[in-house]
Order: sequence, then structure tokens, then C-alpha cells
Amino acid sequence: MLNFLWIFMILAGIVYAAFTGNLPAVTDAALDSAQQAVMLCITMAGVLAFWVGLMRIAENAGMMQRAADRIYPLLHFLFPRVPREHPACKSIAANCIANFFGLGWAATPAGLQAMEDLDELERERTLIQAVHQPYQKKYDFGSDRIHHVSIRKEKEASTEMCTFLVLNMSSLQLIPVTVIAYRSQYGSPDPTGIVGAAIVATACSTLAGIVFAKIMSAVDRKRGY
Amino acid sequence: MQRVLLFLSDFIIPLFIVVILMAGLLNRRNAYEDFVKGAKDGLKTAADILPTLAGLMVAVGILRASGLLDALAGALGNCVDRIGFPSQLVPLAVVRMFSSSAATGLLLDIYEQFGTDSRLGRIASVMMSSSETIFYTMSIYFMTVKVKKTRWTLAGALVATVAGIMASVMLVG
Repeated sequence: MLNFLWIFMILAGIVYAAFTGNLPAVTDAALDSAQQAVMLCITMAGVLAFWVGLMRIAENAGMMQRAADRIYPLLHFLFPRVPREHPACKSIAANCIANFFGLGWAATPAGLQAMEDLDELERERTLIQAVHQPYQKKYDFGSDRIHHVSIRKEKEASTEMCTFLVLNMSSLQLIPVTVIAYRSQYGSPDPTGIVGAAIVATACSTLAGIVFAKIMSAVDRKRGY
Repeated sequence: MQRVLLFLSDFIIPLFIVVILMAGLLNRRNAYEDFVKGAKDGLKTAADILPTLAGLMVAVGILRASGLLDALAGALGNCVDRIGFPSQLVPLAVVRMFSSSAATGLLLDIYEQFGTDSRLGRIASVMMSSSETIFYTMSIYFMTVKVKKTRWTLAGALVATVAGIMASVMLVG
């Protein structure tokens, strides 16, 4: 999916640029963007080091566990198949709380941790399944032998991963601080005038995301994911 | 109201730091050691996502420089005008999904051109607040666990984003 999207984005851009005479700009953009990515990563490295370091203190002091316990009913509603004591609960809670308060930089490391925890959960599940159907038999005509090939599909996102990402990408931020800052910078007489509407709009997008995820989870369950 | 919010936003991160450090102190943990270990992991994460980020930013950069993104937004703009969505905001809505910094540039253009508190300026502000850079988030998150098939994640993110955009237009009126 991402593979095709990525290839398509680049090819479409180049083909379009060839017709509109923007090819030199495209070459510049490709190199510039790669350079920007490195610069961004250097900035991010510092920020990530700082936030992950702080979060480790919070984690070891038991703060993350308390946060996860407090919003457990919500987590259980969204991720009914994640056991309460699983580490994924903690990282998902940390990511959502950080997003909610607009600490975007703190949210990313917790979110990546959540993906890894959900991945681990998925592996535990497939291990249990694998005991029941470990190998696929394949007959090799060349050597006249039966090969046992372990079933290896392309790695798929689990239902929980999809739900988590949809929730994450529906925007959870309560107060749009940066937008308020830009508005006051550009001379708005009422920079915070949009806060009420922003909260309602964010609630709408999150709700739509949750409803969609719930429907798709039900479909998944029927298909036996 | 505005003063309080901006003050809060200045205050929240230092407050967060103090709370976390106090918790570490009260639990008699070696907070500095915990921090250093975490920071090491953070640096590793940054190094891990660099290739993904480079790949994605190159693709978005090419798409923007070629003019295709603008052309797409223009074509979409002609369609959505009929259902009451202001076509001037289509580029922002589209670009927002790809790049936060590019979207900020467009937002500031709208502020300059139409004013922060015009109808367009207000809708753009609300739209910007209620959406995320979904393509970037998706690739970084899925790359860390090496998932190839993302199933219904993109569809869900688009549903949420469209709902947020529609709500922005209706709420501002």
C-alpha cells in the first residue's frame, strides 16, 4: 500500500513536471527534501532524546501505569482485545494524553512504542495460532521431496494498529496553541475566537474516526482477524 | 481568555517536567540514569526513522515542485465549490495531509490575503486545528514495525479528516 503510494507520488510528479516544464524544479526539490529530512531528523533526535528520557523517568516512577489505569475504560472500549496488563495500554495512554495536551513531540515516541507493543501482542497471538498450523507442505518435483515451508505472509496491520492510528490521526489536540499563536502574530483582534469551534471540529473528526474503526473492527472479527 | 491560554501553553511543558521529576524523586528512582537510558532509545528512534522520513519527504517535495499538488487542488476546488466548500481552502485541506510546514505556509498566506478573522481565515484556522499530517504519521508508525499492508488505516484517517473539514465549514458558517 505505502509502497505503491510512494512510487505513484514520485512517478506522477515527474510525469506531470515533464509536461509542464517543471523538471529542473523537481530535481532541486528531490535533493532539497532529502536534505531537509536529515535536518529535521537532527532536530528530532534532540527532541526525542529529551522526551523519551523524561518519559522513561515517568514510566519507572509508575506514572504511566497510573495514567493508563485512569483511562482504562476508554482504552478497553477502543481496544477490547488488548489485555489490561499489556504494555500496549501504557504506551497508547501516554500517546493519547500527550496528543490531547498538544505535546506533539512527546506523543511521537510514545506512539512508536505503542506500535511496537501492539506488534508484540500480535506476535504472541500468531505464535499461539502457529502451534496449530505450523507448516505448509510443498512438493518439489525437481528433487522429489516434500518441503515444509513456514507460512510467511506480508506483514499486515492488526485491527488494534489500525484503530490506534485512525484515532491518532483524527487529531486529539484540545487547544490549538500553534494556530492561536499564528493568529495573534498576524494581528487577529480575537486569536482565541476559534477555540470553541476547533474543539467541536476535533471532536467530530475523532468521533468519525472511532465510528469507522468500530465498524471495521466488527467486519474484521467476522473475517476472523 | 487568550492571555490565560497562551500563558498555559508556556507553562504546561515546564510543569510537566517538574511533575515527572518530582514523581521520580518520590519513588526514590535514579532519575538521571533513567533519563540517560531513555535518551539513548530516543536517539536510536530518530536514526531509525530518518530513512523513512527522507523517502517520504522526497516524494512530497517532488509532488509539490511538479505543480501536480496545486493542479489537483485546483481541479478539486471546482468540484467542491458547488457543495458550499470555499475553493480557496482546498489547497490547504490537501496539503495538510502531507506536510505540516507546507500547510502552515498556506495558512499564513490565507491570513495575509483574506485576514485572520474573515470567514476564510476562521475556517482555515479551525481546519488546521482539527486535522493531522496523516501520510507522514502513517509511514513513520508503520515503518517502525515493518508492516507492509496497512488495510483500512488510510480510509479511516481520510474519513476522520473529511469529517473534521466538514465540521469546520459548518461551525464557522
